Amino acid sequence: MNDNVLLELRSVGRRFHAPQRGDSLILDGIDLDVHQGEIVALVGRSGCGKSTLLRIVSGLMPPTNGTVRYRGQPVTRPVPGISMVFQSFGLFPWLSVLENVELGLEAQGVAAAERRQRALQAIDMIGLDGFESAYPRELSGGMRQRVGFARALVVNPDVLLMDEPFSALDVPTSETLRNDLLTLWLERQIPTRAILMVSHSLEEVLLMADRVVILDSNPGRIKQELPITLRHPRDEAAPAFRQLLERLYSIMTGVGSSLVAIGLGHPLPKAGATQMTGVLGAIAAGGGERSLADLADDLEMDASDLFPILEALELLDFARLSEGHVQLTPHGRGLLDADIQRRKAIFGEHLLRRVPLARHIRRVLDERPGQQAPRERFLHELEDYMSPAEAERVMTAMINWGRYAEIFEYDAGTGLLLGTDAGTLVG
Amino acid sequence: MRIPYSAALLVPRLPNRWDLLAMPLVFGVLFALAWSARQMAVPYQFGTPLPLSLDLVALPYYALRTTLRMVLALGLSLAFTLAYGNLAAKSRRAEQIMIPVLDVLQSVPILGFLSITVLWFVQLFPGRLLGPELAAIFAIFTSQAWNMTFSFYYSQKLLPSELRQVADLFRLGPWRRFWRLEVPHAVPGLVWNTMMSVSGGWFFVVAAEAITVADRTVLLPGVGSYIALAIQKRNLAAIGWAVLTMLVVIVLYDQLAFRPLVAWADKFRLELSRAEEAPTSWFLNVLCRTRWLHALARLPARSGTWLTLRLARWHGAPHWQPSLPELARPRLPSGHWLERLWTPLLALAAAASIVALAHFVLEEAPLAEVGAVFLYGFCTLLRVAVLTLLAALIWVPVGVWIGLRPRLAARVQPVTLFLSAFPANLLFPLAVIGIDRAHLNPEIWTSPLMILGTQWYILFNVIGGAAALPNDLREVAVSLGLRGWALWQRVLLPAVFPAFLTGGLTASGGAWNASVVAEVVSWGDTTLRATGIGAYIAQHTAHGDQARVVLGIAVMSLYVVLINRLFWKRLYDYAQRRLALD
Repeated sequence: MNDNVLLELRSVGRRFHAPQRGDSLILDGIDLDVHQGEIVALVGRSGCGKSTLLRIVSGLMPPTNGTVRYRGQPVTRPVPGISMVFQSFGLFPWLSVLENVELGLEAQGVAAAERRQRALQAIDMIGLDGFESAYPRELSGGMRQRVGFARALVVNPDVLLMDEPFSALDVPTSETLRNDLLTLWLERQIPTRAILMVSHSLEEVLLMADRVVILDSNPGRIKQELPITLRHPRDEAAPAFRQLLERLYSIMTGVGSSLVAIGLGHPLPKAGATQMTGVLGAIAAGGGERSLADLADDLEMDASDLFPILEALELLDFARLSEGHVQLTPHGRGLLDADIQRRKAIFGEHLLRRVPLARHIRRVLDERPGQQAPRERFLHELEDYMSPAEAERVMTAMINWGRYAEIFEYDAGTGLLLGTDAGTLVG
Repeated sequence: MRIPYSAALLVPRLPNRWDLLAMPLVFGVLFALAWSARQMAVPYQFGTPLPLSLDLVALPYYALRTTLRMVLALGLSLAFTLAYGNLAAKSRRAEQIMIPVLDVLQSVPILGFLSITVLWFVQLFPGRLLGPELAAIFAIFTSQAWNMTFSFYYSQKLLPSELRQVADLFRLGPWRRFWRLEVPHAVPGLVWNTMMSVSGGWFFVVAAEAITVADRTVLLPGVGSYIALAIQKRNLAAIGWAVLTMLVVIVLYDQLAFRPLVAWADKFRLELSRAEEAPTSWFLNVLCRTRWLHALARLPARSGTWLTLRLARWHGAPHWQPSLPELARPRLPSGHWLERLWTPLLALAAAASIVALAHFVLEEAPLAEVGAVFLYGFCTLLRVAVLTLLAALIWVPVGVWIGLRPRLAARVQPVTLFLSAFPANLLFPLAVIGIDRAHLNPEIWTSPLMILGTQWYILFNVIGGAAALPNDLREVAVSLGLRGWALWQRVLLPAVFPAFLTGGLTASGGAWNASVVAEVVSWGDTTLRATGIGAYIAQHTAHGDQARVVLGIAVMSLYVVLINRLFWKRLYDYAQRRLALD
């Protein structure tokens, strides 16, 4: 075995239990080594299990298959050498900044005096001096995440895990914090030997990582790894950077199951009708075809926000994705040119033609004498394919689309889906 | 100006002038409580009257005894809350039975508990005053413990998973996890519920101090028994002094306990946003500025930490059990006999209890009487419903009017809390005199007594609801030209409805409880009696007829549970769905 390897993941998988259809996979066969001195970033579309993977590595959640080893030892519960920074900070509001940072040392049984000294040092290093006695609610978002970093770093972790650490912050704040962290890392002011991060922003990943691991979704598998050899400090405007970004988008477009034929249990992407029209408009403004990196820049959206919308457009046959580019279909063009009422009609038509769940709901409603059925009924059917939380999300997305397209109505008070005459199945 | 932290650490730990102010206050209270506690265990033969006097000089001492009962009950409730709530939140199987049990306990009339337990406690400590004392304390405990426990249980259940993960990641042991994460997270809800319960508890402590069981009257030294004696002797002046004493006690409680605690609890709020106006308390400010007392207060926490560290070293490594459900011990396989038999076992136990209870009751009371008790229950239900409605008709408009004026609301809300803490039963004699003199029908005119103390919850909550109405909604209403009934129907009433429900539920629940003392009231040898289940329970408690007391309590609990399920819960669900403002 190589001494250089800190983390070693071997065919790691995670299933969840679905009552009728047997188990369904969230993560499958993940093989990954994290070496000393590298920052590895995990990216993928929403629902690819990247946060789950991070929790498995941290020991917070056991894998259902495979093993995680840290310095050769299997990880079955949190270990002292691995620390983590959370997306929404995870600060205890009733503890002061100092107490929050000390918390990590408390459980290790470090004596009070040493604990205080080390915590003050970490606070100082991360640029929080002066705020020791403040409570989290007195701090801005950026300052709060600094506390999160200080708490993670005070235990001198070998491996630092970061779960979208900058996504809850505004752009300038996250940029500053990212640069500060990179400086500490590059100048070896922290003893951390490796960083494994999950990110939703491809730009952020390219600014920080030495290696990007792209995960496929449903189930989450490693699709490709991309080494990044750009020298620090990296320049977002440099041609090489742009090329890598386009490349990353291009890999991401190939991710996800093919859309030729989707089943009833397809996890519908989270995208509103208005958002979809807006993105279509932006594609049209670029001449009907655009590169995703461009589009994301133009709309000021992160990859994780943009991809669900693109996925929805592709699903409904309004746009087509290939090789990091998106292209308007004739139907998409038609939708853009239509007026509000006509748009709804086109949307409804495509919904019934392309989305089995919509077709199924419509058929059930038509068969019933009163043209009504409880939401719960469909929710239970979805739970055969996915976790209850995911089923709830998909059902909400479906109802929003259905209401917009007027293929059915929904009464939140009674929880009933009701048929409308406009949406009766043709043929 | 912010003092640099390291400099603050170097300031010598000497007492400052705030210590001089706060120390006598704090230790005075502690000493007084300890001194009166010694009086609790004096020898006593059940049924013999205690030497009580209507002397004015005795009143402060009686007030002290009353307060001591409150404090002891509160300690008991807190211990119960932490133990029961913790177990219910952590064990799935225990939860299955513990939470419904709690739900039922919550609907049992509190003074009903007293009637049943007092004889049991007396037999537990024969020849000592401790028996009746404990029965009274237990009655107050039952008025506080259930909703405190619910609050703690729900806080545990709603613990954000990210904080749990942080605790796991940094390997906090069970002891640390409990005190660092679970208890602090529960503090805001727990403190609020505790203080509301204590406010409600004054009513019951007064009622529990003078109780007639099995034709013998036990008068425990306290404000409640002082009043009872004054009623017996028709001494109106003594009643006035007792009311005044209680006012002073409640002001002190409000200033020295309620408000400091609520202000302190604010720091444990989970939302990271700053509150518009954080609660404040002068007493808390004084305590915070003290130096010695501060150090003293940290002692328990310090010694706890010290102890865990010692224990950890003793065992070599800290004991650590992951708390996340995924990592917790694997559940029993679904085919395991205990898993399969658990629910049937519970059902069997429930059925057996019903049979035993029916046997116990029917041995004494014929079936026709059971029917009559249900009818009494309906009479009381009618009173509670009409009174809650009347209180709503009066206090909702008033509350909205006050709530829309922020400065007025800030002043009135504490007053309503104060009024709800004041034990309304102290005022019952005045009502009896009035009804008696004017020859009014007691069936109707004793009814308002039931809601005298609890109507303030409606006002309090409606003011809160109206004050929380977002400013832009008000501006929209104004710009649309809404006024008169349209304004009330479309904006104001829907906006305060959820808050009103909370107040209305509390008020009507309190009225059921109060019916036990409000349907039978007396002044000297004048006794007014109304038909109702409260009167039924009170009457059979006085004669020590346990079977009928149990019957009355069971029927009343049934009514309360049904009304909560069929009426209040549905309205709650509706309000949640349709009227929630976020």
